[in-house]
Amino acid sequence: MSRPLLQVRGLAKRYGARIGCEGIDLDLYPGEVLCIAGESGSGKSTLLNTLAFQLQPDEGQIQYDLKDRGLTDLGTLTQAQLRELWRTDWGFVRQNPRDGLRMQVSAGANIGERLMAVGARHYGDIRGAAADWLARVEIPEERLDDAPKSFSGGMQQRLQIARNLVSRPRLVFMDEPTAGLDVSVQARFLDLLRGLAAELDLAVILVTHDLAVARLLAQRLIVMRHGRIVETGLTDQVLDDPQHPYTQLLVSSVLAA
Amino acid sequence: MNNTSHSQPGYNFAYLDEHTKRMIRRALLKAVALPGYQVPFGGREMPLPYGWGTGGIQVTAAVIGQSDCLKVIDQGADDTTNAVNIRSFFQKVTGVRTTEATREATLIQTRHRIPETPLQDGQILVFQVPIPEPLRWLEPRETETRTMHALSEYGVMHVKLFEDIVRHGRIATTYDYPVIVNGHYLMRPSPIPKFDNPKLHQSPALQLFGAGREKRVYAVPPYTDVRSLDFEDHPFAIERWSEPCALCGATESYLDEIILDDQGQRMFVCSDTEYCNTRQAEGHRGTQNSPTSVAGLAGAQA
Amino acid sequence: MQTHKQPVLEVRGLSKTFTLHQQGGLELPVLSAVSFEVRAGDCLVLDGPSGAGKSSLLRCLYGNYLASSGEILLRAADSDEILDLCRISPQRLTALRRDTVGYVSQFLRVIPRVSSQALVAEPLQALGAGREEAMQRAAELLARLNLPERLWGLPPATFSGGEQQRVNIARGFIAPKPLLLLDEPTASLDAANRAVVIALIREACAAGQAVVGIFHDAEVREAVATQRLPLQALSSAASQAEMAMAA
Repeated sequence: MSRPLLQVRGLAKRYGARIGCEGIDLDLYPGEVLCIAGESGSGKSTLLNTLAFQLQPDEGQIQYDLKDRGLTDLGTLTQAQLRELWRTDWGFVRQNPRDGLRMQVSAGANIGERLMAVGARHYGDIRGAAADWLARVEIPEERLDDAPKSFSGGMQQRLQIARNLVSRPRLVFMDEPTAGLDVSVQARFLDLLRGLAAELDLAVILVTHDLAVARLLAQRLIVMRHGRIVETGLTDQVLDDPQHPYTQLLVSSVLAA
Repeated sequence: MNNTSHSQPGYNFAYLDEHTKRMIRRALLKAVALPGYQVPFGGREMPLPYGWGTGGIQVTAAVIGQSDCLKVIDQGADDTTNAVNIRSFFQKVTGVRTTEATREATLIQTRHRIPETPLQDGQILVFQVPIPEPLRWLEPRETETRTMHALSEYGVMHVKLFEDIVRHGRIATTYDYPVIVNGHYLMRPSPIPKFDNPKLHQSPALQLFGAGREKRVYAVPPYTDVRSLDFEDHPFAIERWSEPCALCGATESYLDEIILDDQGQRMFVCSDTEYCNTRQAEGHRGTQNSPTSVAGLAGAQA
Repeated sequence: MQTHKQPVLEVRGLSKTFTLHQQGGLELPVLSAVSFEVRAGDCLVLDGPSGAGKSSLLRCLYGNYLASSGEILLRAADSDEILDLCRISPQRLTALRRDTVGYVSQFLRVIPRVSSQALVAEPLQALGAGREEAMQRAAELLARLNLPERLWGLPPATFSGGEQQRVNIARGFIAPKPLLLLDEPTASLDAANRAVVIALIREACAAGQAVVGIFHDAEVREAVATQRLPLQALSSAASQAEMAMAA
């Protein structure tokens, strides 16, 4: 059995007296897709942002398997090391593509940025890599020089994926990546993600309120309520045989098409 | 030390009080210790508005001494309005010797050009800077740009150059071209043409930069590496003209284009007027050299 | 495939009770102390009326339902270790599903945009086979199950029940795993295709796989069973709930 990629123990993040999330323990292995599901106010976005160290935890420990050092407490990393991690080995796909893209800069430059950030200095090569990734996320090649403000929502989200994956991260965080998309557009996006995650052996932590997305993409599912994990297990098991009262409520509330 | 101004009673030598001058010199020392790093300073109210060189003037005022010889140029010329006024200001508040000859000056304040005549050991060049922060266009937050400088996170600057090539087929930035100083800090050299960038590299002179509105100073100490950003397949290249200077025949200087008449007749002349005049005095002639030319009139003492 | 004297699957005292919190914590027992063994080459048929817990038992064997108590001992294909499904980590279970246990559910869960041929090929690719090889094998199986070739490149969302079921079956049989769980695989099939499925099951058992299955059709049961396990409903409420859950 391989080593865990991410190991979290006793994590908590509070907003004054309010609990954002509390008592969080979880493990993530390479190539695993983990979904954090819950309704509004459950703490799932807080948890995601705390795991990604975009928010400073109040309690607990997050350990990540760094490429050169092995399992390391992220709290011991310097600002520089963390920022390097965010730029290379981690990705973050945001709900609103405006938060995750440079809207005024061409698609090619958006994708090439991570490469340039780690020292790529050959324009032709960078452009080639960007074109390659554009094809992989099914955006027509002729849009390479267009700025994303001229793209549709689905295309913007797919560009966000490309921008994050170009540096071959091992872990990608996603915050409701399909929330703003039309259903047919969602399907394309999810399928693309499914394929890429399998092909690149990506570990993904995905926050969603949509259980269908969880079933499609995730091997494991965490259900959150009031800042705590109420149930966790394999996705199909949690959705087909929910144990916790809240999970049962959630599953039974989903409308079938 | 005699600190009263010779021509203007009631004003301290070089206009600023001694404490302010010391504060600016401390900031400048810090800037010299960290080549290319922007040091904040407590900018004072100067008798001219922002955008007219208040930063450069404060730096000059902080370092000028009675034995200095001052030259002031604006776009390469000693005789344009700004250059004339700033030079006159310093004459009034310091009484130091002024000159147009680059070789004679110990202190040169410049707006948007570096003199063609190579600088020497012991000379100080003061640049007027509008916006000191090279990353401002992509990152409006000061907190973030400071962190990026501290961690040398400059990928974003290459994004800008990449975008230039996407839009124009080549790096279209022609002035204020970003450079990396001493292998660490990314710096804006002020709106000098990229033609002048190579002069920044390993210069024997001390190069100081002052931004009055933004209240920052930075420095490139003598003999420091300054490299212009580029791509391997789009290397940095300076401007070239198809003609030499019409007045002095120079082929290695930065040329200004002058429209001669309503028919669109033009000629190219050296932007550095002192350089051009010196060459003419030495006997070099261009195709358009005549006493009635514009440059001929400008040769009169200001 | 390795054939052992030891069983592939050993179930000891397996019990399952649903607690319906939405209905005031109502408890529905569906399985009570079930025990049995399955060896390589066996085909164990689960007998009993609707609502007797047959589907629930299969789902427990796949880890899709959590057993309330008991042990489900499985011999892992890669390491030959005996593992208790009720006590292993989720990662280990995912690995077991990839290489040790296959499951053909009653209903095909459709993924948008993925063609039926690609769906069928997936389990073989998960074991390391190349895409071309897997697609080729998928084509063979789909052809054998008489699924028209024009449908292979289409996602199964618009297929009929019988067509979807055949995609499901192909997906279950493509990768040879020591244990195969079949939940009503012939329910929507005509006689010809039922015969194909019977043949597939027999070939699997002959090759050393073990099968545990629920078969609606008496004819199919007779044709494939080497063992039978009778189950009965533990309560009428439970059987109703079980039938509802299987839908």
